[in-house]
Amino acid sequence: MLAFRMPVQFSAAQVQAIAALAQLELSPNEIELFARQLGEFLEYANDVLAIDTTGVEPTAYVMTRQDSDRRDEVRPSLDQREVLAGAPDPALDAGFFKVPRVIG
Amino acid sequence: MTPTIRQLREQVRSGARSVTEIVKDALDRIGALDSALHAFNTVVPEQALARAAALDANRSVWPQAPLLGVPIAIKDNLCTRGVTTTASSRMLETYVPPYDATVVARLESAGAVIVGKTNCDEFAMGSSNETSAFGPVRNPWAVDRIPGGTSGGSAAAVAARFTPMAIGSDTGGSIRQPAAMCGVVGLKPTYGRVSRYGLIAHASSLDQVGPLARTVDDAAIALSVIAGADSADATSSSEGVPDYAAGLTGDIRGIRIGVPSSILERGVDGDVLRAFRSALDTLVTRGATLVDIELPHAKHAIGIYYLISTAEASSNLARYDGVRYGFRAPGTMDEELRAMYARTRGNGFGLEVKRRIMLGTYALSAGYYDAYYLKAQQVRTLIVRDYDQAFGRVELVAMPTSPTAAFKIGERVADPLQMYLADVFTVSANLAGLPAISVPCGFTVDRLPIGLQLTGRRFDEMTLLRAAEAYERDAPWHREEPLGMG
Repeated sequence: MLAFRMPVQFSAAQVQAIAALAQLELSPNEIELFARQLGEFLEYANDVLAIDTTGVEPTAYVMTRQDSDRRDEVRPSLDQREVLAGAPDPALDAGFFKVPRVIG
Repeated sequence: MTPTIRQLREQVRSGARSVTEIVKDALDRIGALDSALHAFNTVVPEQALARAAALDANRSVWPQAPLLGVPIAIKDNLCTRGVTTTASSRMLETYVPPYDATVVARLESAGAVIVGKTNCDEFAMGSSNETSAFGPVRNPWAVDRIPGGTSGGSAAAVAARFTPMAIGSDTGGSIRQPAAMCGVVGLKPTYGRVSRYGLIAHASSLDQVGPLARTVDDAAIALSVIAGADSADATSSSEGVPDYAAGLTGDIRGIRIGVPSSILERGVDGDVLRAFRSALDTLVTRGATLVDIELPHAKHAIGIYYLISTAEASSNLARYDGVRYGFRAPGTMDEELRAMYARTRGNGFGLEVKRRIMLGTYALSAGYYDAYYLKAQQVRTLIVRDYDQAFGRVELVAMPTSPTAAFKIGERVADPLQMYLADVFTVSANLAGLPAISVPCGFTVDRLPIGLQLTGRRFDEMTLLRAAEAYERDAPWHREEPLGMG
């Protein structure tokens, strides 16, 4: 065990770098708040880092009993028009989502 | 006492009451009282009454339907075809799903009538229901207090006698903790027991769907309806589904219940501890044996839970990008694509969701993945082993559901870490994939409900429910009703 808690500190630039990875636009207040709160949480979680896990396999999820693989068959799916109707800017007749211009 | 599922369906089967009368009663009660509680995001009176009329017209077709004519509420993070499903987020405020969650379809096939969608923490992230973009739910036992989270609306709806049962989801305690704080029964089934198809994903290795009800018997009836394999959810199990209610014999002689005394030493409210100890005495009187057990890694559960769940959430919530469903930040059509994504997500998500996406993104990012995410998954293995070892000696593990009763609205919002600690006794069941139930076990001096949590072996909901129901026979706390709600 660590004899003391390692302080974890984040600069505004580090928070902005994480936000960029997460595709999140944050306000200056949020950047300041998260710099502090991420540090506080990771400081709390420092105890976990100190546990000896040499040779311990990671658990991604707890396996359940499952049927074997199913056949790869074409089955009915949701109606395209209905699905598109939930989009903020759909082109219902053409059958696509509209997004800002990405090429030239 | 307000009728249970078992009583309601009997009334309908015998012709004593029509489904329409029952559903009208539920809608009237919601109309009269929910403005004070805000348990519902959406109520669907027309749809519910139309369905009630259809059931009344064809009652002979449905004689054995286990939920015939029972009004129910669905947490607003489960998709309902044609009914807005918001996950209590601005991001999905206007989202109308084109399909039903498997759980919803099964409940309706069993004769249930959905009356509305319940308020919850935004994307089921929180411990108090205060992160809902549409305002908090209030606890029917004390309206200045939180109902617990994240299935706070479902718990409040059952506690206020709006519906005898409501569906919730539980990623780290989100069914059990609000059940405890609202004085109702809440069951988180084994990972894989119930299909998550149509559940808005939070943390996929932890999420599970389950019922909240006033009695263990009603929770058992509901579980038999919703459990079972589903080809639309690859994590659902093909393990057979028993008639859980038929197994509630009251006989728990010889059942060994493990008590991890060392983790109860600190941070548990005195009233909660007293109620918990008294509940153990009741179980012993009925013939159970107590065994002192150790869960050496349980103290790390909160730390690894928030590393793992936020990592998974950051990935699951990547789909909310202003393209396919829900909200898009206005005026971004002329911006660069990435700027549209970022502003949509910045404006559409609330503070807690953003905080978790940030933490999860960091835990998964290059250079930190091994230190945080992989490490947390390794410690998760140690927690799974702790429980496997304990379940070699006992059938059940008992703990309080929550270290405190319901706290005041606003009391912990400024300190997320303090809020996370409310989940200290519930998160391990999710990490280890185990079934767990909260049953009412008393009140604090301020008359706030307290919950007893029992955790069972994987897919052994039967023993879990039998012990909880046996306890309920000798400790009928579920018969207490909140003042002004009776």
